[in-house]
Amino acid sequence: MNNLKKIEYSLKKRKRQESRFKIYGLLGIATAVTFLCIILSSIVMEGKKAFLSTYIKLEVYFDPDIIYTNNDQKEEDIKFANFQKIIKNSLNSFFPEISDKDELRKLSNFISSSEEENLMKLVLKNKQLVGQKITLWLLASSKIDVINKNPDMELIAEEDRLISDLELNWLNEIRSANNIKSNFNKNFFVKADSTEPEQAGIWGSLVGSFFTLFITLILSFPIAVAAGVFLEELAPKNKFTDFIEVNINNLAAVPSIIFGLLGLAIFLNVMHLPRSAPIVGGMVLALMTLPTIIIATRASLKAVPPSIREAAIGLGATKFQTVTHHVLPLSLPGILTGTIIGMSQALGESAPLLMIGMVAFIVDVPGSFLDSSTVLPVQIYLWKSTAARGFVELTAAGVMVLLSFLILMNGIAVFIRQKFEKKW
Amino acid sequence: MTEKIKIKSKNVNVYYGQKKALDKINLEIPTNKVTALIGPSGCGKSTFLRCINRMNDTIDICRIEGKIIVDEEDIYSTEVDPVLLRAKIGMVFQKPNPFPKSIFDNVAYGPKIHGIVNSDDELEELVIYSLKKAGLFGEVKDRLNDTGTSLSGGQQQRLCIARAIAISPQIILMDEPCSALDPIATAIIEELIDELAKNFTIVIVTHSMQQAARVSQQTAFFHMGSLIEVGHTDQIFSTPSQKKTQDYITGKIG
Repeated sequence: MNNLKKIEYSLKKRKRQESRFKIYGLLGIATAVTFLCIILSSIVMEGKKAFLSTYIKLEVYFDPDIIYTNNDQKEEDIKFANFQKIIKNSLNSFFPEISDKDELRKLSNFISSSEEENLMKLVLKNKQLVGQKITLWLLASSKIDVINKNPDMELIAEEDRLISDLELNWLNEIRSANNIKSNFNKNFFVKADSTEPEQAGIWGSLVGSFFTLFITLILSFPIAVAAGVFLEELAPKNKFTDFIEVNINNLAAVPSIIFGLLGLAIFLNVMHLPRSAPIVGGMVLALMTLPTIIIATRASLKAVPPSIREAAIGLGATKFQTVTHHVLPLSLPGILTGTIIGMSQALGESAPLLMIGMVAFIVDVPGSFLDSSTVLPVQIYLWKSTAARGFVELTAAGVMVLLSFLILMNGIAVFIRQKFEKKW
Repeated sequence: MTEKIKIKSKNVNVYYGQKKALDKINLEIPTNKVTALIGPSGCGKSTFLRCINRMNDTIDICRIEGKIIVDEEDIYSTEVDPVLLRAKIGMVFQKPNPFPKSIFDNVAYGPKIHGIVNSDDELEELVIYSLKKAGLFGEVKDRLNDTGTSLSGGQQQRLCIARAIAISPQIILMDEPCSALDPIATAIIEELIDELAKNFTIVIVTHSMQQAARVSQQTAFFHMGSLIEVGHTDQIFSTPSQKKTQDYITGKIG
């Protein structure tokens, strides 16, 4: 065999190697994409149901005998009136044949308990309503909502089903009278957590996340950029700075729950800051985000070509001017990208926040950095660990909200990188 | 030589860590003349050039011994502020390195940080003057707001020269200013160097012996960290006194 033959022979082998390698790569990507699709589609299929809630049409009679227990017709009376009874009566008038007390109680559970307060507010606003009969769409309770949204659940055997055969019959009667509809679930976007799935919302934890991330950003960004610039540009290179550098890199790999323990030990037990508060959560997440931003800062400072530094120094700029006039502005896109990625990491973080009590059940939307609150991922965790069936959909919807924020933030990071990246 | 001496180096040794890069360099550079430093790669000519404006200070492992005297003052004495020194000694680098800012801002940067000008009008005047001096104004006068990096390589290098002369240094150091340029751009820069030598003391490092012969009045030949020979350019290229110089300019080493 001459050389050319040998080369030809080995070339075939090399080409086969290359195409095999390509196939492995494609397989890997295909697997990843498949699983991603499965996860995303199952979340979206489940979560989209949470964006609708079920309403039932009822003739509501604002019975003066129930509302005004005393004859002086005061506002106080309206506030303490038994609206549960009014709802029960309205349901009863739709199902006049029901008289059993137990059955009536079951029937009144069709409507969300939150509607009692809503009716009360309605009457307070317009006292003329007392004594009138009007048609209203009332929010259904979670179990009716779940059955209505998942028709296949009706096929489950009675003992395993959320509602009994009797209740299902009532529901079908309401359906055949066309007195049921699905509408946009506003509660989900304006309320905080609740024990009742139909009244629970993501807004409280979204605001909590916002407050927490705000604290994280204003603490970690300036500190990390200052530290990165100092270490990269100004600090002498010696054993001590090497030691610091190694430790910053190690810190980036420390499990996040350790930062939570640190926060518990220092911020809560020593500094006595409020438990469950965004300010503490933000501080803990800032500690966690610091190494990420420092590393990103240093990497993007390093990426600025030395020729720019030389140009500035050669013109008689001081070290500080060189950094602030040229190096830092040029590396800012990289620093911002790193910061956003660090922030989206912080947004998705739950473990350290469990340590400082941000896992509490909070029904109010937090109003300040010191209020008790929870954050998106913890809210998802809380809902997931709750037994009521209605929370399954809320969990998926919560994941969708969290994912959309993460995608948005990473999208901004990509945009900044594309737009402001300088080519040399 | 009877010319006025601008820069005088006395027994300059430079070390990078343990490695000795320059060995006992004694060299005198005359005022308002072009001095070319030639020699094969790694001979220390760029290192020597960067000692003159203390650019090597920015390299941590670099250590310098000996004296470099500019205008009767040792620039390595503790009273000398390297920042001030670099304002007096401009530098043009091997690869054109304009700031990624507008052409105007590139030239205006030096005067701005040093507070040389008092008004915007004065600044504009100075920028235009510097661009004219660097022979670039005609080509860029309509697009002073374009970024410096949008220019061609040769134009970028002239922009860097304009940027250097905007702070009116007395000395301009050029570290292989044409090595990244095509022959036409090189010819333009060489002409410019001739022109600039009327007002500035120029030290140029070059790989090209033809370039050294064309632009310089004095040539210094470096080899393996030592200064082998220095003299009038004509003499170095016609009748070198050292064998190594002879070998280098005839292409036997290098």
